[in-house]
Amino acid sequence: MSGPLLSVQGASKRFGGLQALADVSLSVQRGHIHGLIGPNGAGKTTCFNVITGLYQPDTGSFHLNGMAYSPSSPHLVAQAGIARTFQNLRLFGEMTALENVMVGRHVRTHQGVLGAVLRHAAAREEEHAIEQKARELLALVGIAGLAQRTARYLSYGDQRRVEIARALATEPQLLALDEPAAGMNATEKASLTELLQRIRDQGTTILLIEHDVKMVMSLCDQITVLDYGKVIAEGSAEQVRRHPDVIAAYLGREAA
Amino acid sequence: MSANSSLSSSRITLALLATAVLIFPLLAAPFGNAWVRIADVALLYIMLALGLNVVVGFAGLLDLGYVAFFAIGAYLAGLLSSPQFAATIESLQLDFPVVGAWVTEWVGPVIAAQGIHLSVWLIIPLAALVAGLAGALLGAPTLKLRGDYLAIVTLGFGEIIRIFMNNLNGPINITNGPQGINLIDPVRIGGVSLAGEAGVVRLGDLSIPSVNAYYYLFLLLAIATIIFSHRLQHSRLGRAWIAIREDEIAAKAMGINVRNMKLLAFAMGASFGGVAGAMFGAFQGFISPESFSLTDSIAILAMVILGGIGHIPGVVLGAVLLAALPELLRHTVEPIQMALLGQVWIEAEVLRQLLYGLALVLIMLARPAGLWPAPQREQQAHTEAAA
Amino acid sequence: MDTLVQQLINGLVLGSVYALIALGYTMVYGVLNLINFAHGEVLMIGALTGWSILQLLQHWVPEWPGMLKLAIAIIGAIPTCIIVSLVIERVAYRRLRNAPRLAPLITAIGVSILLQTIAMMLWGRDPLPFPQVLPMTPLHVAGGLITPTQVLLLLLALLSMVALALLVERTRIGRAMRAVAENPRVAALMGVDANRIIMLTFAIGATLAAIAGVMWAANYASAQFAMGFVPGLKAFSAAVLGGIGNIYGAMLGGLLLGLIESLGAGYIGDMTAGVLGSHYQDIFAFIVLILVLTLRPSGLMGERVADRS
Repeated sequence: MSGPLLSVQGASKRFGGLQALADVSLSVQRGHIHGLIGPNGAGKTTCFNVITGLYQPDTGSFHLNGMAYSPSSPHLVAQAGIARTFQNLRLFGEMTALENVMVGRHVRTHQGVLGAVLRHAAAREEEHAIEQKARELLALVGIAGLAQRTARYLSYGDQRRVEIARALATEPQLLALDEPAAGMNATEKASLTELLQRIRDQGTTILLIEHDVKMVMSLCDQITVLDYGKVIAEGSAEQVRRHPDVIAAYLGREAA
Repeated sequence: MSANSSLSSSRITLALLATAVLIFPLLAAPFGNAWVRIADVALLYIMLALGLNVVVGFAGLLDLGYVAFFAIGAYLAGLLSSPQFAATIESLQLDFPVVGAWVTEWVGPVIAAQGIHLSVWLIIPLAALVAGLAGALLGAPTLKLRGDYLAIVTLGFGEIIRIFMNNLNGPINITNGPQGINLIDPVRIGGVSLAGEAGVVRLGDLSIPSVNAYYYLFLLLAIATIIFSHRLQHSRLGRAWIAIREDEIAAKAMGINVRNMKLLAFAMGASFGGVAGAMFGAFQGFISPESFSLTDSIAILAMVILGGIGHIPGVVLGAVLLAALPELLRHTVEPIQMALLGQVWIEAEVLRQLLYGLALVLIMLARPAGLWPAPQREQQAHTEAAA
Repeated sequence: MDTLVQQLINGLVLGSVYALIALGYTMVYGVLNLINFAHGEVLMIGALTGWSILQLLQHWVPEWPGMLKLAIAIIGAIPTCIIVSLVIERVAYRRLRNAPRLAPLITAIGVSILLQTIAMMLWGRDPLPFPQVLPMTPLHVAGGLITPTQVLLLLLALLSMVALALLVERTRIGRAMRAVAENPRVAALMGVDANRIIMLTFAIGATLAAIAGVMWAANYASAQFAMGFVPGLKAFSAAVLGGIGNIYGAMLGGLLLGLIESLGAGYIGDMTAGVLGSHYQDIFAFIVLILVLTLRPSGLMGERVADRS
């Protein structure tokens, strides 16, 4: 399989008088961890939300695995193979960690009313498989012991892990993480970095927004930099680090 | 070990409860038929409350017009197992003679004279189906609405249905308007009518009061509804509903087709109501629009909220409490007032309304999870617990 | 069937009442972002209080001019309604301001039931004939008839709406109300006591409802514990139609809904070839509500209504 996993061409989005995205194009290669960075207000979240179907773009074409997908609704995007987490955490508070992750299996399973009520062999098997897979994912993210804990009462770091596990449960080709390291200390970030690398090594491509530039530089194979809704640089960490426009964007912002 | 003994003590409680429920008609016999009749209605309310629980408790959609589905089931029974259809044909013949003649020819002279009398085994699935469809139809316009607007719109639908039931006696007489439909067939199982003769069912040498026979039928239905609800809750669908309730956007992002799931919740909840309605019609033999007003929608909502929204045992408790309450009041409060004060200052009916209102207000202010909420799972609140 | 002019008159009368009640809904929604489900009962309390006052006046001073007696009834109903409304705010809504949005709605339903039941205990179950203290002979206007009571109703409604508009646009208090509706936290930073403004909002809504209640009862010559519920719902539909949160929207929506209902009831027989009659009149408000929320949730003049997560 060749070609990028995710290909976005010419995405634009305007909010009233503000052009949040202007002709943004980016490609995420299979098996990469791809970072999306930029100063505050650069349009990273808008870009992210457009890719994952939360916002409707004004223009743009979107391809996953060579096939066009329409980001018209988050659930279609998930079905197509992109799963995301949220900057402000959107767990199902009253459910346990395990149940949260089991919800992630919804899109790849299909038992309906009859299965629920009759609980015939196929339905029971599917339920069992769902629970097994959810447990595996909780173990993958390192919180197997917290399966029965009500999500609302988990620590912040553990909640983030549940969200990642839940997204992974949808068997995505692309895992889209919205500031997964927000609010974490150095140790937690190191642990998260290691987890993300493990996820990448198991075959899931990752796209992430992050403010911690150092973390992005050390973790990401490719980086796209946005500023004022436009792509101003794209390349490896080394290339981006030395790119004059990038430096100007960050320093310029800090000086101002 | 404490876990074992608490398990066995809860098993004993359960066994005692089950026994009490099974022999309840015998226990109540010395007090006359009245209490078993109350229990019969309470069992129907359990079904209604569990149906609403699917919509409100699982999916988090506040439906204030739920009684409409109860009405649909009841009127379905009314139209398809009573002389009513004959009256419908008659009104057709009067106002739309061409159609009337055609229908008369199609259904034949027997039905034209006596109405349709389908067996209960047909009526139940039909009621479930029709009510379920109605649920999806009425739910459809509300899908994008915010919680309180959804409530008001569903309330509006409930009222619209009631207005139609009250007025569809002309030009075609479908519901017989405010007079309601009479002479609805009782439930017949294996040729034996549960209404019996003079209120007593005879099976060979055995004779059972009709209310007792219905008790066991409704008990079976209620148990089936409880099992249904429980299995729905702990399934892929149930998880999806609760996900929608907790965070709709996250649910969508996880690939859940929120629109279809909401419609399904409406349909499932409505179908419970439809079956309960059909049974209500057969049990009472008579229905009128008065039984299906907003007050009743609110009463069912009060049962769900009082008991423990989303928690099946709580909802059952709420239904039993609020269904039995009016009767309990009638038998206690009024005589007490008579004895103490020489007259009835507050009728049982008024007191019941007061208590409904107080229940809703106090529960929301003091104990929003209800009287019997779901047991808290592992918590261990952390100092860094996120918002 | 009434002439077009007559239906327009009826529609305006009906619409004026809806507008007055709708203002209460829309203002509370503006500051608290919630539907005051119990507001219709405030109308009812106003009507029944007015009834009681008129009973007293008719008994003790029957010779006083009708306008005076009616004025006293309204003036007496207003404080009662204000108190009831403030109690609702304090008991049902204040503690639940940060609760999930369904909680205040459910509490409001409970309050609504309580108010109806208390009214039923105090004033009985049956409809009470409302004394007709104004002359009953209708005036002829452009081919239609309008009673003095209805004229007074229209006048009072107009005066109230103008007064409210002036209050909101031209006074400091009005500015404070608009500020709280816009952004309570910033308003607080500017020194506005949000709680007092909220109480004032409820009080104004209650005043308008009191006027509407007494005049409604006078117009239909009847008052009863259950009378507030349906007009309340319809007025809420009117508020949504006009654009919830917008007081001019409430006025416009109220008048429009009254006209729609009146004309609709008049012509529904024709529109449905006799299948549906005018007793389906109540449906119009609900249909309007559903259509507005489905097609244009922000209403005719309003802002945000769609899901804000």
